[in-house]
Amino acid sequence: MAYLFNTADDIRSMLETIGVESIEEFFEQIPAHLQLDRPLDLPSGLSEPELETHLRELAAASHGASSRVCLMGGGVYDHFIPAAVDEIASRGEFYTAYTPYQAEASQGSLQAFFEFQSLICQLTGMDVSNASLYEGGTAVSEAVFMAMRVTKRFGRVVVLGSLHPEYQQILETYLGGLGCQLDVIATPDGTADVQIVRDSLDSETSCLVIQQPNVFGALEELESLCQAAHDVGALAISSFDPISLGLLKSPAECGADIAVAEGQSLGIPAQYGGPYLGILTCRSKHVRQMPGRLIGQTVDRHGRRCFVLNLQAREQHIRREKATSNICTNQGLLALRATVYLALLGRQGLLDVSELCCRKAHYAAERLGELPGLELMFSRPFFKEFTLRYHGDATELIDRAATAGFDLGPALGRFPRLRESLGEAADQTLLVAVTEQRTREEIDRLVESLAATPSTSAAPQTLSKPA
Amino acid sequence: MDPANLKFTRSHEWLRLDGNTATIGITDFAVEALTDLVYVELPEMGKLLTAGEIFGEVESVKAVSDLYAPISGEVIEINTALPDDLDALSEDPFGRGWMIKLTIIDTSAADDLLDEAGYRDHCHSAGH
Repeated sequence: MAYLFNTADDIRSMLETIGVESIEEFFEQIPAHLQLDRPLDLPSGLSEPELETHLRELAAASHGASSRVCLMGGGVYDHFIPAAVDEIASRGEFYTAYTPYQAEASQGSLQAFFEFQSLICQLTGMDVSNASLYEGGTAVSEAVFMAMRVTKRFGRVVVLGSLHPEYQQILETYLGGLGCQLDVIATPDGTADVQIVRDSLDSETSCLVIQQPNVFGALEELESLCQAAHDVGALAISSFDPISLGLLKSPAECGADIAVAEGQSLGIPAQYGGPYLGILTCRSKHVRQMPGRLIGQTVDRHGRRCFVLNLQAREQHIRREKATSNICTNQGLLALRATVYLALLGRQGLLDVSELCCRKAHYAAERLGELPGLELMFSRPFFKEFTLRYHGDATELIDRAATAGFDLGPALGRFPRLRESLGEAADQTLLVAVTEQRTREEIDRLVESLAATPSTSAAPQTLSKPA
Repeated sequence: MDPANLKFTRSHEWLRLDGNTATIGITDFAVEALTDLVYVELPEMGKLLTAGEIFGEVESVKAVSDLYAPISGEVIEINTALPDDLDALSEDPFGRGWMIKLTIIDTSAADDLLDEAGYRDHCHSAGH
């Protein structure tokens, strides 16, 4: 957007038009005690060359995932992004997230979103995908509201304690205003105990939210959990990792009614705070309660293929306060990246990426688990990410690895919502994620450097897990 | 069904009284204003409705509109064929296009509704 400033002439002419002498006189209508009587405490402006130097220095102080070895997890991952993704997504025709209110004027954008929806449906096995939401956390919340509308149960929502703590926090914020009870079932074994979950569901429960693989990297018994939700008339919501679906059973096969995801793994760089990509899919019968935009394919009056917005009558600009959601836009540009990424990989490519992540993660877990003072926190099957327990403060281990050029984490002790599941071990635990980008050589070097650098914690001791 | 025997609301629902049973639908005027209908959602059996309460919704390609109960009562019958046969609603809104039947306690409440002439005046004066 252009930066338009007011020249001294502009200001003078505006003041003349309204008939005042000066800005000060103009502001006299504000009571004196409410006016700031000093200049704003801001540094003076920089010249363009000074600004450029300043920004270059700031940029040099940052380390990107490409200059270090990234094994960080927790919802955002360092997957490879083919150059074609940037090339296509940076074309001028696509370089805006917005469609005009007469959306059908943007046939190219609508077609891209239609392809996105089709690919996501193929990936998940679900009937319908919308044209994307903002990111994974709000997608979970939107899925929950959908379930409340479908079941007409507005009083109670149940989530597993192994749902990403930030997703839990977003949901809590939303539900706080709705007077809905949010129950979290702790998962001290790394995954949920199906019987405990069953016992906590009742005929007032609108939905059960399950993350697969969960925040600890572990695999839940998704099918049994979905069944448990259905047995009390609740909907099963699964928050999945798109890359994992190369190997794992799809949410549809497991019985999920609504499946959501953070789509960052699909061709979107790991960047601080986003923007990322929310994915939301459901069964056909719930489509009228689905938030967001939905693109459909039809023919024009000459019989040519074209694309339209479907079910638009439920969106905010028409339905006002009764709209299915306050979200009636999408993450168009990022959905486009995911579309290009999935189209480039194809079915076999996704399977390959998925398998590489899984094998490398298991190699890393095995090697790291052999180090003194380190062990796997849980003995559950995992996909590309796992929880390590260190005999000292996990942040100390993360710092040691960082010094050697390896980024691990996050430390799970920083998430208060995970403490009930992690017990006394909370401050000793951290996540490690291994994508297809990591090599055996990198993993070996990480293990060697951790073995070689002295621990500042107390001597290795026998680890005991919480009962 | 002859509209002359029906009662009407300003929100375009009609009501027919047989003893203490009320049959409810939406008017020909409403159907025409909505244009192509795509979806209708009706309440569950046994639901207790208060006059003015939303009992369902009807969706066209242009808009989603709420359906308001013209009178208080309990839902005892639903036109279950309607959601899959929206033509019945477009072609015969006062007959095959009926939506729900209610058992009502206070039949006199129907006296407050408009008769056909009053309803037609209302449609006309509302500038439609």
